[in-house]
Amino acid sequence: MLKYILKRFLIMLVTLWVIITLTFILMVSIPGSPFNSDQSSNETIRANLEAHYNLDEPYPIQYLLYLKSIVTFDFGPSIKQPNQSVNDLLARGFPISFELGILTIIVAVISGIILGILAALRHNGVIDYLAMGIAVLGISIPNFILATLLIQQIAVTWELLPTATWSSPAHMILPITALATGPMAIIARLTRSTMLEVLTQDYIKMAKAKGLSPWKIVFKHALRNALMPVVTIMGTLLAGILTGTFVIEQIFAIPGMGKYFVESINQRDYPVIMGTTVFYSAFLIIMLFLVDIAYGILDPRIKFHRKGGE
Amino acid sequence: MGKILEVNNLHVTFTTYGGTVKAVRGVDFHLNKGETLAIVGESGCGKSVTSNAIMRLIPNPPGKITDGSIKFKGKNLVKYSEKQMRSIRGVDISMIFQDPMTALNPTLTIGTQLMEGVIAHHGVSSNEAKRKAIEMMDLVGISNPEERLKQYPHQFSGGMRQRIVIAIALICEPDLLIADEPTTALDVTIQAQILELFEKIQIATGVSIILITHDLGVVAKIADRIAVMYAGKIIETGTKREIFYKPQHPYTRGLLNSVPRLDLKGEKLTPIDGTPPDLFSPPAGCPFTARCPFAMEVCDKVYPASKELSESHHVNCWLQDERAKQLLTAVRL
Repeated sequence: MLKYILKRFLIMLVTLWVIITLTFILMVSIPGSPFNSDQSSNETIRANLEAHYNLDEPYPIQYLLYLKSIVTFDFGPSIKQPNQSVNDLLARGFPISFELGILTIIVAVISGIILGILAALRHNGVIDYLAMGIAVLGISIPNFILATLLIQQIAVTWELLPTATWSSPAHMILPITALATGPMAIIARLTRSTMLEVLTQDYIKMAKAKGLSPWKIVFKHALRNALMPVVTIMGTLLAGILTGTFVIEQIFAIPGMGKYFVESINQRDYPVIMGTTVFYSAFLIIMLFLVDIAYGILDPRIKFHRKGGE
Repeated sequence: MGKILEVNNLHVTFTTYGGTVKAVRGVDFHLNKGETLAIVGESGCGKSVTSNAIMRLIPNPPGKITDGSIKFKGKNLVKYSEKQMRSIRGVDISMIFQDPMTALNPTLTIGTQLMEGVIAHHGVSSNEAKRKAIEMMDLVGISNPEERLKQYPHQFSGGMRQRIVIAIALICEPDLLIADEPTTALDVTIQAQILELFEKIQIATGVSIILITHDLGVVAKIADRIAVMYAGKIIETGTKREIFYKPQHPYTRGLLNSVPRLDLKGEKLTPIDGTPPDLFSPPAGCPFTARCPFAMEVCDKVYPASKELSESHHVNCWLQDERAKQLLTAVRL
């Protein structure tokens, strides 16, 4: 197991390096510079600024400087907000984005699994059609549309919940709903189909023949087996939720990392682009790693330390 | 010897888009305490449906017990609610399934799967349940039980898994064990071991066994009585001796003739020609008529009544009718 984790860790580092390099190449190949929009600055000031941020160096040197800043976890100051370091921005934005993301995952997984189980147990019944109807809507409506609809109806027309920002639990309901509905729908559909398959297995019949309660049969015997594909798709869903946070944070004016990420690209604020990208990718890679570990916990047949099967 | 189970006029149908399948069409049999009854017949004749009906494990919809009674210790299980059935399943009646490779849950340890039955039904502590589980593992011949309880199904071979399935079925000390083709998925040497295990268990616990099989070799080894099923009906029942040495129904004879025998070298096997009738629209008369070499006009029209040849030997065949016997003597068959 330890060997597996070490191996995975190395692969994660390589992945991260590839992301950093690609981001750097993309970044320097976008036309423009952080100082383009500054009308007041003349040539000399501009040259001085570029020298200050090492932007006058040749690309390979800049690249190495970036690598150094990443290794030391010091991304330097933001170009556009000179009195703030990238680390400050991350420290301020990350907890909020993390809260939004994690709550979304929890809501999506729990409600998705429950909907899926209900639909499977009442196969071809009213609950099944209702649950799958919700799921189809959830998959088809993009989160930014749903977000605007929710704001319009619930926040503006009915005035039930606040429209924006992230200051109390009541503020969190709409953004989380908007972001979680899509993943929830996917999880619900997947849980339903795998659950239907698992419920026809011999070991479920055997559990019934033991005289176990339906509750035990579903949660102890069926769900564990039905969750494997759900765990598999969690990786993709995580990436979706992560990119979804950019949009949702913009719509609800949530002061998370997503705001800095999008702004930094528009303003060519190189240190912030680099900092947020590295942070987001590292986070996603770690989450995917956790998903892989979850496999082994759910299914004892999957062993990490041994090569080949039994 | 009291009767532990009495099945009367059992009818089970399955409603599908294509129509209604009459899978079991009026089955009568009984089981005495401590004996082994084998229900024999070819695929699709309703053996498994009958056994599932006793456990009330027929998925509804599409399946339904439409008529008849299943009396277990005098109580009619057909009338039982799902909740009442739950207190019977695993405790009074247990079931062993055909394929041990799929009957165990791959994500739970053997110990969990063994113990959950006793814990659920007898409300014992997990220590007590573990003691019981180890005792059962010993009974079914699994060495090193303490260690093996912590293992998962994929760490066991097919034969070992079937032993575990048997242990699970027996852990609550049931009075009736229904074994649905328990050896079909195993190879021959393991089959013999499992059959010996059944004999050993019956001596040790006195459990009554219903053995569902299509393999007459298995039957010859452990059955006391045999019921031969065809197209949803029991067409002949008798003791093992009566069925093997004095088979009366042409179908029973056909079955026996189609078993390979070691003592008859070089002889060809005689299969039964044709296929069983379509149970969407079963024939009014004897369902075997179309394949029967002795078929008479009456066979196709009216189902023969049960004829008692001895206290234990019953057969449903027109050939047993006095009038048919005269005819047979006349043509010197």
